[in-house]
Amino acid sequence: MKYSALNLVRNALTGNRNWTPAWRSPEPAREYDVVIVGGGGHGLATAYYLAKEHGIRRVAVLEKGWIGGGNTGRNTTIVRSNYLWTEASLLYEKSMQLWEGLSQDLNYNVMFSQRGVYNLGHTLQDMRDIERRVSANRLNGIDAEVVTAAQLKTAIPYLDTSPDARYPILGASLQRRAGVARHDAVAWGFARAADSLGVDIIEQCEVTAIRTEQGGVSAVETTRGTIRAGKVGVVVAGNASVLASMAGLRLPVESHPLQAFVSEPLKPVLDTVVMSNAVHGYVSQSDKGELVIGAGIDAYLGYGQRGSFPTIEHTMEAIITLFPIFSRVRMLRLWGGIVDVCPDACPIISKTPVAGLYFNCGWGTGGFKATPGSGWTFAHTIAQDRPHELNAPFDLERFTTGALIDEHGAAAVAH
Amino acid sequence: MLLIKCPWCGERAETEFSYGGEAGITRPRDPDALSDAEWADYLFNRTNPRGAHEELWNHAHGCRRWFGAERDTVSYVIARTYKLGS
Ligand SMILES: Cc1cc2nc3c(=O)[nH]c(=O)nc-3n(C[C@H](O)[C@H](O)[C@H](O)COP(=O)(O)OP(=O)(O)OC[C@H]3O[C@@H](n4cnc5c(N)ncnc54)[C@H](O)[C@@H]3O)c2cc1C
Ligand SMILES: [Zn+2]
Repeated sequence: MKYSALNLVRNALTGNRNWTPAWRSPEPAREYDVVIVGGGGHGLATAYYLAKEHGIRRVAVLEKGWIGGGNTGRNTTIVRSNYLWTEASLLYEKSMQLWEGLSQDLNYNVMFSQRGVYNLGHTLQDMRDIERRVSANRLNGIDAEVVTAAQLKTAIPYLDTSPDARYPILGASLQRRAGVARHDAVAWGFARAADSLGVDIIEQCEVTAIRTEQGGVSAVETTRGTIRAGKVGVVVAGNASVLASMAGLRLPVESHPLQAFVSEPLKPVLDTVVMSNAVHGYVSQSDKGELVIGAGIDAYLGYGQRGSFPTIEHTMEAIITLFPIFSRVRMLRLWGGIVDVCPDACPIISKTPVAGLYFNCGWGTGGFKATPGSGWTFAHTIAQDRPHELNAPFDLERFTTGALIDEHGAAAVAH
Repeated sequence: MLLIKCPWCGERAETEFSYGGEAGITRPRDPDALSDAEWADYLFNRTNPRGAHEELWNHAHGCRRWFGAERDTVSYVIARTYKLGS
Protein backbone atom coordinates (compact mmCIF):
# COMPACT_ATOMS: atom_id res chain seq x y z
CA MET A 1 0.00 0.00 0.00
CA LYS A 2 1.45 3.34 -1.02
CA TYR A 3 1.90 5.79 1.83
CA SER A 4 0.30 9.10 0.90
CA ALA A 5 -1.85 11.83 2.41
CA LEU A 6 -4.84 10.37 0.61
CA ASN A 7 -4.28 6.91 2.09
CA LEU A 8 -3.78 8.42 5.54
CA VAL A 9 -7.18 10.09 5.33
CA ARG A 10 -8.84 7.02 3.80
CA ASN A 11 -7.53 4.78 6.58
CA ALA A 12 -8.36 7.27 9.30
CA LEU A 13 -11.98 7.31 8.08
CA THR A 14 -12.13 3.51 8.19
CA GLY A 15 -10.80 3.27 11.74
CA ASN A 16 -7.25 2.35 10.69
CA ARG A 17 -8.35 -1.28 10.30
CA ASN A 18 -7.14 -1.74 6.73
CA TRP A 19 -3.42 -1.03 6.95
CA THR A 20 -1.38 -3.97 5.69
CA PRO A 21 1.96 -5.07 7.22
CA ALA A 22 4.90 -3.15 5.77
CA TRP A 23 6.47 -6.41 4.61
CA ARG A 24 5.35 -10.06 4.37
CA SER A 25 6.89 -12.78 6.55
CA PRO A 26 7.09 -15.66 4.08
CA GLU A 27 8.40 -19.15 4.71
CA PRO A 28 11.81 -19.53 3.09
CA ALA A 29 11.73 -21.01 -0.42
CA ARG A 30 14.06 -23.94 -1.21
CA GLU A 31 16.17 -21.89 -3.57
CA TYR A 32 16.97 -18.28 -4.48
CA ASP A 33 19.11 -16.61 -7.12
CA VAL A 34 20.72 -14.52 -4.39
CA VAL A 35 20.70 -15.01 -0.63
CA ILE A 36 21.73 -12.03 1.48
CA VAL A 37 22.90 -12.95 4.97
CA GLY A 38 22.20 -10.18 7.48
CA GLY A 39 19.06 -8.05 7.71
CA GLY A 40 20.68 -4.80 8.74
CA GLY A 41 20.36 -1.67 6.67
CA HIS A 42 23.17 -2.74 4.35
CA GLY A 43 21.69 -6.18 3.64
CA LEU A 44 18.20 -4.81 3.07
CA ALA A 45 19.53 -2.03 0.82
CA THR A 46 21.51 -4.61 -1.16
CA ALA A 47 18.35 -6.67 -1.73
CA TYR A 48 16.39 -3.58 -2.73
CA TYR A 49 18.94 -2.43 -5.31
CA LEU A 50 19.36 -6.00 -6.63
CA ALA A 51 15.66 -6.01 -7.41
CA LYS A 52 15.35 -2.40 -8.49
CA GLU A 53 18.56 -1.78 -10.46
CA HIS A 54 19.40 -5.28 -11.67
CA GLY A 55 16.01 -6.94 -12.00
CA ILE A 56 17.02 -9.85 -9.74
CA ARG A 57 13.92 -10.57 -7.70
CA ARG A 58 14.37 -14.13 -6.46
CA VAL A 59 16.21 -12.76 -3.47
CA ALA A 60 16.02 -13.59 0.24
CA VAL A 61 17.39 -11.62 3.17
CA LEU A 62 18.11 -13.98 6.09
CA GLU A 63 18.26 -12.34 9.50
CA LYS A 64 19.03 -14.28 12.66
CA GLY A 65 17.10 -11.90 14.92
CA TRP A 66 14.84 -9.11 13.75
CA ILE A 67 15.74 -6.70 10.95
CA GLY A 68 17.63 -3.65 12.09
CA GLY A 69 18.39 -5.26 15.47
CA GLY A 70 22.15 -5.12 14.89
CA ASN A 71 24.24 -1.99 14.48
CA THR A 72 21.62 -0.41 12.24
CA GLY A 73 19.23 0.00 15.17
CA ARG A 74 22.00 0.78 17.64
CA ASN A 75 23.93 3.56 15.96
CA THR A 76 23.95 7.30 16.51
CA THR A 77 22.81 8.01 12.94
CA ILE A 78 25.40 10.53 11.77
CA VAL A 79 25.51 10.86 7.99
CA ARG A 80 28.31 12.76 6.23
CA SER A 81 30.65 12.35 3.25
CA ASN A 82 33.67 14.47 4.18
CA TYR A 83 36.32 11.75 4.13
CA LEU A 84 39.90 12.53 3.13
CA TRP A 85 40.90 10.20 0.32
CA THR A 86 39.23 10.31 -3.08
CA GLU A 87 38.23 6.63 -3.01
CA ALA A 88 36.38 7.00 0.29
CA SER A 89 34.94 10.44 -0.48
CA LEU A 90 33.36 9.23 -3.70
CA LEU A 91 31.86 6.15 -2.03
CA TYR A 92 30.34 8.12 0.87
CA GLU A 93 29.24 10.90 -1.46
CA LYS A 94 27.37 8.36 -3.61
CA SER A 95 25.54 7.46 -0.43
CA MET A 96 24.88 11.09 0.40
CA GLN A 97 23.26 11.60 -2.99
CA LEU A 98 21.07 8.54 -2.46
CA TRP A 99 20.12 9.81 1.03
CA GLU A 100 18.98 13.08 -0.49
CA GLY A 101 16.24 11.31 -2.45
CA LEU A 102 15.73 8.27 -0.25
CA SER A 103 12.41 9.05 1.43
CA GLN A 104 10.81 9.65 -1.98
CA ASP A 105 12.49 6.66 -3.58
CA LEU A 106 11.39 4.28 -0.80
CA ASN A 107 8.02 6.00 -0.20
CA TYR A 108 9.01 5.90 3.47
CA ASN A 109 10.06 8.83 5.61
CA VAL A 110 13.61 8.12 6.81
CA MET A 111 13.64 11.55 8.45
CA PHE A 112 16.92 12.53 6.82
CA SER A 113 17.78 15.87 8.38
CA GLN A 114 20.67 17.82 6.86
CA ARG A 115 21.46 19.82 9.96
CA GLY A 116 25.23 19.96 9.40
CA VAL A 117 28.15 18.23 11.09
CA TYR A 118 31.02 20.07 12.76
CA ASN A 119 34.37 18.32 13.34
CA LEU A 120 36.21 20.39 15.94
CA GLY A 121 39.90 21.25 15.90
CA HIS A 122 41.73 21.80 19.20
CA THR A 123 45.35 22.14 18.12
CA LEU A 124 47.27 23.75 15.27
CA GLN A 125 47.82 20.32 13.78
CA ASP A 126 44.07 19.58 14.01
CA MET A 127 43.40 22.80 12.08
CA ARG A 128 45.99 21.97 9.41
CA ASP A 129 44.41 18.54 8.99
CA ILE A 130 40.96 20.13 8.79
CA GLU A 131 42.08 22.58 6.10
CA ARG A 132 43.65 19.77 4.14
CA ARG A 133 40.51 17.62 4.38
CA VAL A 134 38.19 20.50 3.50
CA SER A 135 40.33 21.29 0.45
CA ALA A 136 40.37 17.64 -0.58
CA ASN A 137 36.58 17.47 -0.21
CA ARG A 138 36.10 20.54 -2.40
CA LEU A 139 38.37 19.12 -5.10
CA ASN A 140 36.06 16.12 -5.10
CA GLY A 141 32.99 18.34 -5.42
CA ILE A 142 31.85 17.74 -1.83
CA ASP A 143 30.62 20.70 0.20
CA ALA A 144 32.97 21.58 3.03
CA GLU A 145 34.12 24.68 4.83
CA VAL A 146 36.47 25.73 7.60
CA VAL A 147 34.84 27.72 10.38
CA THR A 148 36.54 29.78 13.09
CA ALA A 149 36.03 29.61 16.84
CA ALA A 150 34.14 32.92 16.66
CA GLN A 151 31.72 31.47 14.10
CA LEU A 152 31.25 28.40 16.29
CA LYS A 153 30.37 30.58 19.24
CA THR A 154 27.44 32.09 17.35
CA ALA A 155 26.34 28.89 15.65
CA ILE A 156 26.49 26.67 18.76
CA PRO A 157 26.07 28.98 21.77
CA TYR A 158 26.43 26.31 24.49
CA LEU A 159 29.69 24.92 23.12
CA ASP A 160 32.57 25.93 25.40
CA THR A 161 34.65 28.04 23.03
CA SER A 162 36.45 29.95 25.78
CA PRO A 163 40.22 30.19 25.25
CA ASP A 164 40.89 28.85 28.75
CA ALA A 165 38.95 25.61 28.17
CA ARG A 166 40.90 22.45 28.98
CA TYR A 167 41.20 21.71 25.24
CA PRO A 168 40.58 25.09 23.58
CA ILE A 169 38.57 24.97 20.37
CA LEU A 170 40.38 26.69 17.50
CA GLY A 171 37.86 26.03 14.73
CA ALA A 172 36.13 23.23 12.88
CA SER A 173 35.23 21.74 9.55
CA LEU A 174 31.58 21.98 8.59
CA GLN A 175 29.65 19.94 6.08
CA ARG A 176 26.22 21.53 5.78
CA ARG A 177 24.69 18.69 3.77
CA ALA A 178 25.60 16.24 6.52
CA GLY A 179 23.21 15.39 9.34
CA VAL A 180 21.22 12.53 10.82
CA ALA A 181 18.47 10.09 9.78
CA ARG A 182 16.10 7.81 11.65
CA HIS A 183 17.86 4.43 11.88
CA ASP A 184 14.81 2.18 12.33
CA ALA A 185 13.03 3.86 9.45
CA VAL A 186 16.01 3.12 7.21
CA ALA A 187 15.76 -0.62 7.94
CA TRP A 188 11.96 -0.65 7.67
CA GLY A 189 11.87 1.54 4.58
CA PHE A 190 14.36 -0.62 2.67
CA ALA A 191 12.60 -3.78 3.88
CA ARG A 192 9.21 -2.57 2.72
CA ALA A 193 10.50 -1.36 -0.64
CA ALA A 194 12.45 -4.59 -1.26
CA ASP A 195 9.45 -6.71 -0.22
CA SER A 196 7.20 -4.88 -2.64
CA LEU A 197 9.62 -5.86 -5.44
CA GLY A 198 9.32 -9.52 -4.44
CA VAL A 199 12.25 -9.94 -2.05
CA ASP A 200 11.60 -12.40 0.82
CA ILE A 201 12.60 -11.02 4.20
CA ILE A 202 13.05 -13.92 6.58
CA GLU A 203 13.61 -13.10 10.22
CA GLN A 204 14.56 -15.53 13.01
CA CYS A 205 16.70 -17.40 10.51
CA GLU A 206 20.36 -17.80 11.44
CA VAL A 207 22.88 -18.98 8.89
CA THR A 208 24.96 -21.76 10.47
CA ALA A 209 27.02 -23.01 7.52
CA ILE A 210 27.95 -22.08 3.95
CA ARG A 211 28.03 -24.97 1.47
CA THR A 212 30.26 -25.01 -1.58
CA GLU A 213 30.44 -27.27 -4.63
CA GLN A 214 33.44 -27.24 -6.98
CA GLY A 215 34.86 -24.04 -5.52
CA GLY A 216 31.57 -22.19 -5.81
CA VAL A 217 28.88 -21.42 -3.29
CA SER A 218 25.79 -23.65 -3.49
CA ALA A 219 23.68 -23.28 -0.36
CA VAL A 220 23.44 -22.02 3.18
CA GLU A 221 22.39 -24.08 6.19
CA THR A 222 20.06 -22.17 8.48
CA THR A 223 18.03 -22.69 11.63
CA ARG A 224 15.06 -22.92 9.23
CA GLY A 225 16.60 -25.53 6.94
CA THR A 226 18.85 -25.66 3.89
CA ILE A 227 18.42 -22.88 1.36
CA ARG A 228 20.07 -23.29 -2.03
CA ALA A 229 21.54 -20.16 -3.58
CA GLY A 230 23.12 -19.14 -6.84
CA LYS A 231 25.02 -16.40 -5.07
CA VAL A 232 25.45 -15.45 -1.42
CA GLY A 233 26.17 -11.94 -0.17
CA VAL A 234 27.25 -11.71 3.47
CA VAL A 235 26.62 -8.40 5.31
CA VAL A 236 26.72 -9.21 9.00
CA ALA A 237 28.90 -6.39 10.42
CA GLY A 238 30.43 -7.57 13.72
CA ASN A 239 29.88 -11.24 12.84
CA ALA A 240 31.79 -11.08 9.54
CA SER A 241 34.69 -13.22 10.78
CA VAL A 242 32.27 -15.87 12.04
CA LEU A 243 30.62 -16.17 8.61
CA ALA A 244 34.00 -16.02 6.84
CA SER A 245 35.26 -18.97 8.86
CA MET A 246 32.21 -20.95 7.68
CA ALA A 247 33.65 -20.59 4.16
CA GLY A 248 37.24 -21.22 5.26
CA LEU A 249 38.24 -17.56 4.82
CA ARG A 250 40.15 -15.23 7.12
CA LEU A 251 39.43 -11.51 7.22
CA PRO A 252 41.48 -8.47 8.28
CA VAL A 253 38.65 -7.51 10.61
CA GLU A 254 38.30 -7.40 14.39
CA SER A 255 35.04 -7.03 16.31
CA HIS A 256 34.80 -4.54 19.14
CA PRO A 257 32.05 -3.23 21.39
CA LEU A 258 30.89 0.32 20.63
CA GLN A 259 28.45 2.05 22.94
CA ALA A 260 25.86 4.79 22.52
CA PHE A 261 23.81 6.80 25.00
CA VAL A 262 20.63 8.83 25.02
CA SER A 263 19.65 11.32 27.68
CA GLU A 264 16.29 12.31 29.06
CA PRO A 265 14.46 14.53 26.52
CA LEU A 266 15.31 18.23 26.68
CA LYS A 267 13.91 21.34 25.03
CA PRO A 268 15.78 22.14 21.78
CA VAL A 269 19.34 23.04 22.72
CA LEU A 270 21.54 21.73 19.90
CA ASP A 271 20.42 21.95 16.27
CA THR A 272 23.45 20.36 14.64
CA VAL A 273 25.99 17.57 15.16
CA VAL A 274 29.25 18.23 17.01
CA MET A 275 32.19 15.84 16.99
CA SER A 276 35.66 16.13 18.46
CA ASN A 277 38.50 13.76 17.69
CA ALA A 278 40.80 15.15 20.34
CA VAL A 279 38.38 15.28 23.27
CA HIS A 280 36.90 12.12 21.78
CA GLY A 281 33.14 12.32 21.83
CA TYR A 282 30.22 13.47 19.74
CA VAL A 283 26.67 14.63 20.35
CA SER A 284 23.48 15.64 18.57
CA GLN A 285 19.88 16.10 19.69
CA SER A 286 17.12 13.85 18.40
CA ASP A 287 13.76 15.15 17.24
CA LYS A 288 12.33 13.80 20.50
CA GLY A 289 14.76 16.00 22.42
CA GLU A 290 17.19 13.37 23.68
CA LEU A 291 20.90 14.02 23.45
CA VAL A 292 22.41 11.23 21.34
CA ILE A 293 25.97 10.60 22.43
CA GLY A 294 28.83 8.38 21.41
CA ALA A 295 32.58 8.05 21.52
CA GLY A 296 35.18 5.36 20.88
CA ILE A 297 35.27 1.59 20.87
CA ASP A 298 36.39 -0.61 23.73
CA ALA A 299 39.97 -1.68 23.01
CA TYR A 300 39.42 -5.41 23.38
CA LEU A 301 37.57 -7.82 21.11
CA GLY A 302 33.94 -8.19 22.08
CA TYR A 303 30.82 -9.81 20.67
CA GLY A 304 28.78 -9.07 23.79
CA GLN A 305 26.81 -5.99 22.56
CA ARG A 306 27.87 -4.16 25.68
CA GLY A 307 30.94 -2.15 26.56
CA SER A 308 32.88 -1.26 29.66
CA PHE A 309 32.26 1.24 32.41
CA PRO A 310 35.53 3.16 31.87
CA THR A 311 34.40 3.90 28.32
CA ILE A 312 31.09 5.27 29.61
CA GLU A 313 32.94 7.50 32.05
CA HIS A 314 35.32 8.70 29.35
CA THR A 315 32.45 9.51 26.99
CA MET A 316 30.62 11.56 29.59
CA GLU A 317 33.82 13.46 30.43
CA ALA A 318 34.27 14.34 26.77
CA ILE A 319 30.72 15.62 26.35
CA ILE A 320 30.86 17.72 29.52
CA THR A 321 34.21 19.16 28.44
CA LEU A 322 32.58 20.34 25.20
CA PHE A 323 29.21 21.32 26.72
CA PRO A 324 29.54 22.10 30.45
CA ILE A 325 25.80 22.89 30.43
CA PHE A 326 25.03 19.17 29.99
CA SER A 327 26.67 18.18 33.28
CA ARG A 328 23.36 17.72 35.10
CA VAL A 329 21.52 15.95 32.29
CA ARG A 330 20.62 12.37 33.16
CA MET A 331 21.23 9.51 30.77
CA LEU A 332 18.17 7.37 30.05
CA ARG A 333 19.59 4.43 28.15
CA LEU A 334 22.86 2.99 26.93
CA TRP A 335 23.68 0.00 24.81
CA GLY A 336 26.40 -1.50 22.68
CA GLY A 337 26.82 -2.81 19.16
CA ILE A 338 29.52 -5.02 17.67
CA VAL A 339 31.58 -3.10 15.16
CA ASP A 340 33.82 -4.76 12.57
CA VAL A 341 37.00 -2.73 12.43
CA CYS A 342 39.43 -2.84 9.48
CA PRO A 343 43.12 -1.90 9.75
CA ASP A 344 42.67 1.11 7.44
CA ALA A 345 39.27 2.21 8.81
CA CYS A 346 37.69 1.51 5.42
CA PRO A 347 35.14 -1.12 4.44
CA ILE A 348 35.47 -4.26 2.34
CA ILE A 349 32.89 -4.65 -0.48
CA SER A 350 34.33 -7.51 -2.39
CA LYS A 351 34.31 -10.77 -4.25
CA THR A 352 36.04 -13.61 -2.40
CA PRO A 353 38.16 -16.60 -3.49
CA VAL A 354 34.91 -18.65 -3.38
CA ALA A 355 32.93 -18.14 -6.61
CA GLY A 356 29.49 -16.64 -6.00
CA LEU A 357 30.35 -15.61 -2.42
CA TYR A 358 30.61 -11.91 -1.68
CA PHE A 359 31.46 -10.05 1.53
CA ASN A 360 30.49 -6.58 2.65
CA CYS A 361 32.00 -5.72 6.03
CA GLY A 362 34.60 -3.70 7.89
CA TRP A 363 32.40 -0.59 8.19
CA GLY A 364 33.37 -0.47 11.82
CA THR A 365 32.09 2.55 13.65
CA GLY A 366 30.87 4.46 10.61
CA GLY A 367 28.75 2.50 8.18
CA PHE A 368 25.26 3.85 8.85
CA LYS A 369 25.96 6.88 6.67
CA ALA A 370 26.91 4.50 3.88
CA THR A 371 23.81 2.31 4.03
CA PRO A 372 22.32 3.25 0.62
CA GLY A 373 25.66 3.44 -1.21
CA SER A 374 26.91 0.24 0.34
CA GLY A 375 23.78 -1.60 -0.80
CA TRP A 376 23.94 0.02 -4.23
CA THR A 377 27.59 -0.96 -4.89
CA PHE A 378 27.23 -4.40 -3.28
CA ALA A 379 24.17 -5.15 -5.44
CA HIS A 380 26.21 -4.20 -8.51
CA THR A 381 29.13 -6.40 -7.39
CA ILE A 382 26.84 -9.39 -6.86
CA ALA A 383 24.71 -8.92 -9.98
CA GLN A 384 27.63 -8.32 -12.38
CA ASP A 385 30.15 -10.49 -10.53
CA ARG A 386 32.57 -7.56 -10.58
CA PRO A 387 32.80 -4.41 -8.49
CA HIS A 388 31.48 -1.05 -9.56
CA GLU A 389 34.29 1.48 -10.02
CA LEU A 390 33.14 3.14 -6.77
CA ASN A 391 33.86 0.03 -4.68
CA ALA A 392 36.69 -1.51 -6.72
CA PRO A 393 39.32 0.07 -4.41
CA PHE A 394 37.56 -1.55 -1.43
CA ASP A 395 38.26 -5.16 -2.35
CA LEU A 396 39.94 -7.75 -0.13
CA GLU A 397 42.98 -7.73 -2.42
CA ARG A 398 44.09 -4.35 -1.13
CA PHE A 399 45.51 -6.00 1.97
CA THR A 400 47.78 -8.10 -0.25
CA THR A 401 48.75 -5.38 -2.72
CA GLY A 402 49.21 -2.84 0.06
CA ALA A 403 46.85 -0.30 -1.56
CA LEU A 404 45.24 0.58 1.77
CA ILE A 405 43.01 3.64 2.07
CA ASP A 406 44.02 5.17 5.37
CA GLU A 407 40.95 6.96 6.69
CA HIS A 408 41.82 6.92 10.39
CA GLY A 409 41.84 10.70 10.50
CA ALA A 410 38.53 11.38 8.79
CA ALA A 411 36.86 8.27 10.19
CA ALA A 412 37.16 10.35 13.34
CA VAL A 413 36.09 9.46 16.84
CA ALA A 414 33.98 6.51 15.63
CA HIS A 415 31.13 6.87 13.04
CA MET B 1 34.65 -3.13 34.72
CA LEU B 2 36.88 -6.15 34.15
CA LEU B 3 39.00 -7.37 37.02
CA ILE B 4 42.18 -8.69 35.42
CA LYS B 5 44.71 -10.83 37.23
CA CYS B 6 48.24 -9.79 36.36
CA PRO B 7 50.42 -12.89 36.88
CA TRP B 8 52.85 -10.73 38.87
CA CYS B 9 50.68 -8.17 40.67
CA GLY B 10 47.38 -9.95 41.17
CA GLU B 11 43.88 -8.64 40.45
CA ARG B 12 43.65 -5.06 39.25
CA ALA B 13 41.07 -2.88 37.51
CA GLU B 14 40.81 -2.95 33.72
CA THR B 15 41.95 0.68 33.48
CA GLU B 16 45.49 -0.33 34.55
CA PHE B 17 45.89 -2.52 31.48
CA SER B 18 46.21 -2.12 27.76
CA TYR B 19 45.06 -4.68 25.26
CA GLY B 20 47.59 -6.28 22.95
CA GLY B 21 45.45 -8.27 20.52
CA GLU B 22 45.53 -11.89 19.44
CA ALA B 23 48.27 -14.00 21.04
CA GLY B 24 50.50 -16.48 19.27
CA ILE B 25 51.17 -14.51 16.09
CA THR B 26 54.89 -14.96 15.44
CA ARG B 27 56.81 -12.80 13.04
CA PRO B 28 57.89 -14.98 10.11
CA ARG B 29 61.59 -15.90 10.39
CA ASP B 30 62.25 -15.26 6.72
CA PRO B 31 59.82 -12.62 5.38
CA ASP B 32 61.42 -12.75 1.92
CA ALA B 33 60.35 -16.36 1.57
CA LEU B 34 56.68 -15.44 1.95
CA SER B 35 54.25 -14.68 -0.84
CA ASP B 36 52.40 -11.37 -0.66
CA ALA B 37 49.27 -13.25 0.40
CA GLU B 38 51.10 -14.99 3.25
CA TRP B 39 52.63 -11.73 4.38
CA ALA B 40 49.17 -10.06 4.29
CA ASP B 41 47.77 -12.91 6.36
CA TYR B 42 50.48 -12.39 8.99
CA LEU B 43 50.07 -8.62 8.95
CA PHE B 44 46.32 -8.11 8.73
CA ASN B 45 44.17 -11.23 9.03
CA ARG B 46 42.95 -12.16 12.49
CA THR B 47 41.05 -15.12 13.91
CA ASN B 48 38.55 -12.82 15.66
CA PRO B 49 36.57 -15.70 17.17
CA ARG B 50 33.18 -15.51 18.80
CA GLY B 51 34.03 -17.34 22.05
CA ALA B 52 37.34 -18.38 23.61
CA HIS B 53 40.22 -16.10 22.61
CA GLU B 54 43.93 -16.27 23.44
CA GLU B 55 45.15 -12.71 23.75
CA LEU B 56 47.91 -10.44 25.04
CA TRP B 57 47.58 -7.84 27.75
CA ASN B 58 50.07 -5.37 29.18
CA HIS B 59 49.96 -4.15 32.77
CA ALA B 60 50.66 -0.65 31.47
CA HIS B 61 50.00 1.29 34.67
CA GLY B 62 51.57 -1.35 36.93
CA CYS B 63 54.55 -3.60 36.44
CA ARG B 64 54.44 -2.89 32.67
CA ARG B 65 54.90 -6.55 31.82
CA TRP B 66 53.15 -8.45 29.03
CA PHE B 67 51.17 -11.59 29.76
CA GLY B 68 48.70 -13.94 28.12
CA ALA B 69 45.00 -14.36 28.83
CA GLU B 70 42.23 -16.63 27.71
CA ARG B 71 39.03 -14.59 27.58
CA ASP B 72 35.57 -15.31 26.21
CA THR B 73 34.68 -12.63 23.65
CA VAL B 74 30.94 -12.96 24.30
CA SER B 75 30.73 -13.15 28.10
CA TYR B 76 34.08 -11.31 28.56
CA VAL B 77 34.90 -13.79 31.36
CA ILE B 78 38.65 -14.34 31.73
CA ALA B 79 39.29 -18.06 32.19
CA ARG B 80 42.96 -17.64 33.03
CA THR B 81 45.98 -15.39 32.73
CA TYR B 82 49.54 -16.65 32.44
CA LYS B 83 53.16 -15.61 32.11
CA LEU B 84 54.21 -15.79 28.48
CA GLY B 85 56.17 -18.90 27.67
CA SER B 86 54.76 -20.77 30.65
C1 LIG C 1 26.96 2.56 19.07
C2 LIG C 1 27.18 2.72 17.60
C3 LIG C 1 27.16 3.99 17.04
C4 LIG C 1 27.35 4.16 15.67
N1 LIG C 1 27.24 5.42 15.15
C5 LIG C 1 27.32 5.61 13.81
C6 LIG C 1 27.08 6.89 13.25
O1 LIG C 1 26.78 7.86 13.96
N2 LIG C 1 27.19 7.03 11.90
C7 LIG C 1 27.52 5.98 11.09
O2 LIG C 1 27.64 6.18 9.89
N3 LIG C 1 27.70 4.72 11.59
C8 LIG C 1 27.61 4.52 12.93
N4 LIG C 1 27.80 3.26 13.46
C9 LIG C 1 28.15 2.14 12.56
C10 LIG C 1 26.92 1.59 11.87
O3 LIG C 1 25.91 1.31 12.82
C11 LIG C 1 27.25 0.30 11.11
O4 LIG C 1 28.42 0.44 10.33
C12 LIG C 1 26.11 -0.08 10.16
O5 LIG C 1 24.86 0.09 10.78
C13 LIG C 1 26.28 -1.52 9.72
O6 LIG C 1 25.11 -1.94 9.07
P1 LIG C 1 24.94 -3.44 8.65
O7 LIG C 1 23.64 -3.56 7.99
O8 LIG C 1 26.17 -3.85 7.89
O9 LIG C 1 25.05 -4.22 10.04
P2 LIG C 1 23.93 -4.63 11.12
O10 LIG C 1 22.87 -3.62 11.24
O11 LIG C 1 24.68 -5.01 12.37
O12 LIG C 1 23.29 -5.90 10.46
C14 LIG C 1 23.92 -7.15 10.42
C15 LIG C 1 22.85 -8.18 10.72
O13 LIG C 1 23.38 -9.47 10.49
C16 LIG C 1 22.72 -10.34 11.38
N5 LIG C 1 23.48 -11.59 11.48
C17 LIG C 1 24.66 -11.80 12.10
N6 LIG C 1 25.02 -13.08 12.01
C18 LIG C 1 24.06 -13.71 11.29
C19 LIG C 1 23.86 -15.06 10.87
N7 LIG C 1 24.75 -16.03 11.15
N8 LIG C 1 22.74 -15.36 10.15
C20 LIG C 1 21.82 -14.39 9.86
N9 LIG C 1 21.97 -13.11 10.26
C21 LIG C 1 23.07 -12.77 10.96
C22 LIG C 1 22.66 -9.55 12.67
O14 LIG C 1 21.65 -10.04 13.54
C23 LIG C 1 22.37 -8.15 12.17
O15 LIG C 1 21.01 -7.80 12.20
C24 LIG C 1 27.62 3.04 14.84
C25 LIG C 1 27.65 1.76 15.39
C26 LIG C 1 27.42 1.59 16.76
C27 LIG C 1 27.43 0.21 17.34
ZN1 LIG D 1 51.53 -6.33 36.88
